Amino acid sequence: MSNEKSCCCSASSCCSTEPITLYNKNDEWVMGEINTPKGRVPVVSTNLHFKDILGAWKVRWGIGRMNYKINPGLYAVGKPDHTSPVLVSANYKLTFDVLRKELSGLDCWILILDTKGINVWCAAGKGTFGTDELIGRISKTRLSEIVSHRKLVLPQLGAPGVSAHEVTKQTGFSVVYGPVRAKDIKAFLDSGFKATQEMRTVKFTMWDRLVLTPMELVTTAKSLLMVFGVMFLLNLFVARPFGLMDFIAYTGAVITGTVITPLLLPVIPGRAFAWKGWLLGVLWTLGLIWYSGGFVPGFLLLAIGYLLALPSLSAYLAMNFTGSSTYTSFSGVIKEMKIAVPLIAISFSTGLVLLLINSIWA
Amino acid sequence: MKHRYLKNVTTLRLSAEKCIGCGRCTEVCPHGVFGMNEKKAQIEDKNRCMECGACAKNCPAKAIAVDAGVGCATAVIMGWLTGSKPSCDCSCGEECC
Repeated sequence: MSNEKSCCCSASSCCSTEPITLYNKNDEWVMGEINTPKGRVPVVSTNLHFKDILGAWKVRWGIGRMNYKINPGLYAVGKPDHTSPVLVSANYKLTFDVLRKELSGLDCWILILDTKGINVWCAAGKGTFGTDELIGRISKTRLSEIVSHRKLVLPQLGAPGVSAHEVTKQTGFSVVYGPVRAKDIKAFLDSGFKATQEMRTVKFTMWDRLVLTPMELVTTAKSLLMVFGVMFLLNLFVARPFGLMDFIAYTGAVITGTVITPLLLPVIPGRAFAWKGWLLGVLWTLGLIWYSGGFVPGFLLLAIGYLLALPSLSAYLAMNFTGSSTYTSFSGVIKEMKIAVPLIAISFSTGLVLLLINSIWA
Repeated sequence: MKHRYLKNVTTLRLSAEKCIGCGRCTEVCPHGVFGMNEKKAQIEDKNRCMECGACAKNCPAKAIAVDAGVGCATAVIMGWLTGSKPSCDCSCGEECC
């Protein structure tokens, strides 16, 4: 910690110049500092700059996603005093930005927990947005000497990690769970900490699903490139080389599982994700076969091979979207997988064998 | 359109005897599974439960039990492959582990 300004102060006021939260002076989102009885606290802007928006776009595509974080500690919005509300959040920069842009015109404190750069809900599931971290952070920031009230507003999605009554028992702070979405925080504070059922319920809109799909694509892209590499190598030996048609067929099946199925999720009949992906995969494959001339002799082996391999690939990728969804239970996923995984494995490997036979002896 | 996942799978259990009627479960549940009736919590739509564990963790009377876990196929596969308990660590798979 820096002591450079403490020389001319008396012993008591000297401490108040100590920073409670360390931050990078070059960060555009810090507007200045505010003095508290226990030290200086950075004041954050409620506007997002180009750098914040670019940063959000990058992490959505998986670039530097695991290291997009801010220092945990106490931050200020507006000109908060000892009576201002305290909002608790995670140190994922994307989460922090979503929260602060909803706080314009408010005077409040933000207590940021160290969630290792993970969002509130996922961190709560892991336990890093948790009871112990919250209790530790309250004492490290000496929050009880900065505010005179004893109330914390936690995001509702932090609840899987935090035991509210345990926090109260150990710190004296009572916990109120705020709304699920940051955009409702103003209405929540204005209504005297009351959240409507609508504010309490997690949604999973088409937009919510759309912003997740780039990450699904990026994760799959590596194996996609590997398959193209294998196809290229096989082309050196086989009678019927893999070509544009195979490239389109395969890429289409991947996009069906990672983008189209997530986007159309609630309108696709059925409940299991693998089933939904398989269904769209079959549509894609049938469309492809129809476009290529249908089930005619000479094309039959290839068509059946496609029909076995491609939909099962889409099914597998769609099944993995359960992890990004907001409503699948562990028990449900296990039940789905016990049926889907063996079927996918058998169908895919059989399809692959047929495609190879078709290429070698065509 | 409402999202619905598999029926009759959740491990959620609520003990009406232990319930003290504080209503905390209705506050934390992200899918509106709980409701209050005559100063007791009740499960209104069991099939919407995603086993996040928020209710059990925040029940001061220990009246709620659920085997909380991640509803994520990738995590389950990684658990099968590594022989460990499925956890939400996919996000850091390549970069930090």
